[in-house]
Amino acid sequence: MNDQTVSTMSAMKALLRRDLMIALRERGDMLQPVLFFIIVVSLFPLSVTPDKTLLMQAGPGIIWVAALLATLLALDGIFRPDHEDGTLEQLVLSPHPLSLLVLAKTLAHWLVTGLPLILISPLLGVLMQLSGDAIIVLSCALILGTPALSLIGAVGVGLTVGIRKSGVLLSLVILPLYVPVLIFGAGAVQATMVTLDPQPHLLLLASFSLFSLAVCPLASATALKISVN
Amino acid sequence: MTTESLNSSSRGKKWLWFHRFGSPAWVYGFASRWAMPIGVVALLLFVVGLYQGLVVAPPDYQMGDSYRIIFIHVPSAWLSMFSYFVMAVSAGIGLVWHIKVSDLVARSVAPLGAMFTFCALVTGSLWGKPTWGTYWVWDARLTSELVLLFLFIGYIALSNAIEDRRTASRASAVLALVGLINLPIIHFSVEWWNTLHQGATVTKLGRPSIDTRMLIPLLIMFFAFNFYFLSAMLYRLRCELLSQERRTQWVREIVND
Amino acid sequence: MTEFFHMGGYAFFVWTSYAVVAVLFTYQFLSSRSQHKKLIRQLGAEVEHKIRRSNKS
Repeated sequence: MNDQTVSTMSAMKALLRRDLMIALRERGDMLQPVLFFIIVVSLFPLSVTPDKTLLMQAGPGIIWVAALLATLLALDGIFRPDHEDGTLEQLVLSPHPLSLLVLAKTLAHWLVTGLPLILISPLLGVLMQLSGDAIIVLSCALILGTPALSLIGAVGVGLTVGIRKSGVLLSLVILPLYVPVLIFGAGAVQATMVTLDPQPHLLLLASFSLFSLAVCPLASATALKISVN
Repeated sequence: MTTESLNSSSRGKKWLWFHRFGSPAWVYGFASRWAMPIGVVALLLFVVGLYQGLVVAPPDYQMGDSYRIIFIHVPSAWLSMFSYFVMAVSAGIGLVWHIKVSDLVARSVAPLGAMFTFCALVTGSLWGKPTWGTYWVWDARLTSELVLLFLFIGYIALSNAIEDRRTASRASAVLALVGLINLPIIHFSVEWWNTLHQGATVTKLGRPSIDTRMLIPLLIMFFAFNFYFLSAMLYRLRCELLSQERRTQWVREIVND
Repeated sequence: MTEFFHMGGYAFFVWTSYAVVAVLFTYQFLSSRSQHKKLIRQLGAEVEHKIRRSNKS
């Protein structure tokens, strides 16, 4: 009954630090989504066309789809290892609100998998022949959009964590929910390229992420409670 | 004082009938009693509606006879969305108030919803070929409908993948609710995306006031589809109830008869 | 009559879509009914099995 000895805030901080430490200890795992991201994007010119104008047109969409897949690939790591070693049950049983703990874990996951994607995206923009403006908008869009990917993804992982082999199932469950992010994210970059204002897209993307921030932690907490017990 | 207590007691009685819907045995009886009559009504409405739609209604001056697909396309599209709504709401009720029957309603609606969505997509694309010239146009409504199909598939896949039935119902209820919240946003984003890529949609047919001879069959078919949905749902619900409650006394009594 | 089946040249589209819907609706309706019958039979066998076993012991 030591529930009030640790405040929820410091519990969240501790959880965040723990998850980041684990990620840093296994840097190889951290690199994998980024490498996947780069490889998928570079496959498109080989499979579609190396033609400059066509690549420019398809580039934003390709980069966004690849970012989405890379996030999806790394998503299981958010709860699965903790589920396997029993940490997750401790979290569910802890006196702190589970949704906030989930939020801390999601933040850690985004820092480990989402942020590297954003950092590498200008390079991929260059590979896809995007202009300077478009690359800046692409990075902004990824900054605003990838949190939503992680937040929604956490719900999906929460729901499937009790299933042994959930690889494809997770994508089936999650990908339809990613549609708005994809549309607004890729739309922002495409708007810049036809010299339109990307701001409405970015604002919509930001509001979608904020909305996910409000709803998803609660949903993932409920999902985890269902999956764990 | 007395009137107040009287009021509250009568209100209590009014709600009493509603509680029966929480009892699997009662709902099973209800479904057995009503599934067939409702199905017969649906069948009659189908016969009248098809006659009105395919024979009586005149051809459209713009689309000729191809517009007759509307009589099945629009009701399918309506039911696809309505089923998602019914599924998510009853799954949510099951999740919050732990009502078994509610979970099972959600479970029996899901495949029906997927079927209606599929029908709406197929009829839409078969209608698209003569009107737009291609089977598939990335039109806002068709695209939304496609995403809806994916949502249904995700729901069904999740609830089938979890072995424990209660956990499965509860987990897929969360997914259905998240999908329900997301659906308007998805719809809006698809519409928004569609207006930015106008090139994809060729002539959107104008919406002139619809002839009553076309409106009547559409309405009849709409009701026919709804009655079909209700009847099919009750039939499915019966199966779900039996297999969920297989160890209970009432199921044994029914089985032994 | 042939005019009716011809559908003003749109026979393929109109009849295919009606056929798809008709087949799916009928199939799903009949399959849930036959599943019900199967369930009753299967559960009946289970119950009988149990009764026989309890009679033996």
